[in-house]
Amino acid sequence: MERNIALIALFAALIAALGIIPAVMLPFGVPITAQSLGVMLCGTVLGARRGTLAVLLFLLLVFLGLPLLSGGKGGLGVIVGPTGGFVIGFPVAAFVAGFVTERWRGAPLAVTAGVGAAVGGVVLYAFGIAGMAIVLDKTPAQAALLVTAFIPGDAIKAVIAGLVTSALYRARPRAVLSRA
Amino acid sequence: MISLTSPVETWAHGWPAGAKLAALCAATMGLFALDSVAGQGAAFAMMLALYAAPGAVFLRNGLARLRMLWPFLAVIFVWHLVTATPAEGAIIALRLVTAVGLANLVTMTTQLSDMIGVVRWLAAPLRRIGIGTRALELGIALVIRFTPMLAQKGAALSRAWRARSARRPGWRIVLPFTLIAIDDAERVADALKARGGV
Repeated sequence: MERNIALIALFAALIAALGIIPAVMLPFGVPITAQSLGVMLCGTVLGARRGTLAVLLFLLLVFLGLPLLSGGKGGLGVIVGPTGGFVIGFPVAAFVAGFVTERWRGAPLAVTAGVGAAVGGVVLYAFGIAGMAIVLDKTPAQAALLVTAFIPGDAIKAVIAGLVTSALYRARPRAVLSRA
Repeated sequence: MISLTSPVETWAHGWPAGAKLAALCAATMGLFALDSVAGQGAAFAMMLALYAAPGAVFLRNGLARLRMLWPFLAVIFVWHLVTATPAEGAIIALRLVTAVGLANLVTMTTQLSDMIGVVRWLAAPLRRIGIGTRALELGIALVIRFTPMLAQKGAALSRAWRARSARRPGWRIVLPFTLIAIDDAERVADALKARGGV
């Protein structure tokens, strides 16, 4: 119990800390940070259930008014903003990434976690595009056009999530709960 | 850690947080139902007036937080210029700024402790049916405590990298960084257990 709480809280803090690490700003104002990588790692390392809880805890603190999203954003405004769909999709993406990593045991962890993070990323984009379509009053196809610039970066992040998860499993096998 | 609450004391700081959140929900739903330029313009003006009421410092601070919307407003502007639908564009842009502005306003005028109070209140039914919320409260406290600490350790990691390499620390730093978080979590878990557990 104590261990679960501590791991969930520290991974929530990890998402926040990864958002502070210097970002590359792309046009459209959405910065490329390691923050969504942190969300994927919650799923691939902690597993579907605990990973989702870690992301939910992180989001709760964001909504309560702490500037934990990349670029020092936070508060209730992020939900109704154009990127709100991505934020709402975070816990679902972590769940999907964790689910794939937990259930698929037939391949090396680097592959299963990487694929899990990629599938989680697809889900994340579905939420993000839906949110943008609602807020900007566009069709989903038109909204998708606005986010295509970020897809290469997130594909790379999925590969990194796979590599990091498998390296963590070698270094701290007990902490990789998705394989425990 | 510094929260996004405004240090400028306003009349709204004293209002109950739950009421502010309920009003925000109603206002946001109203904005998405409102389909006229004049209506959206009036709502936008009212939002600006709310920001201006507590004074110039509060107004400037509040407007600075809306700056992240510029790229999206630019896209909307170009889009509706090209498709020759200026009225729809104006409604979308005004609604976006007003909705985000009102939500930020609630965040700016509510103390973190009041917000946590709302969470406690929302979680009260869980306690009544026997589900403990102690873990949630502990989790909130741990994240608030450990985020600045982890950020500091991350900065130290990247300085250590720079001292040894001419290249920028890229994704490679994520692995040792995550290891730090895991090891800290194990220590925190031991410390919690040693003090009687949850």
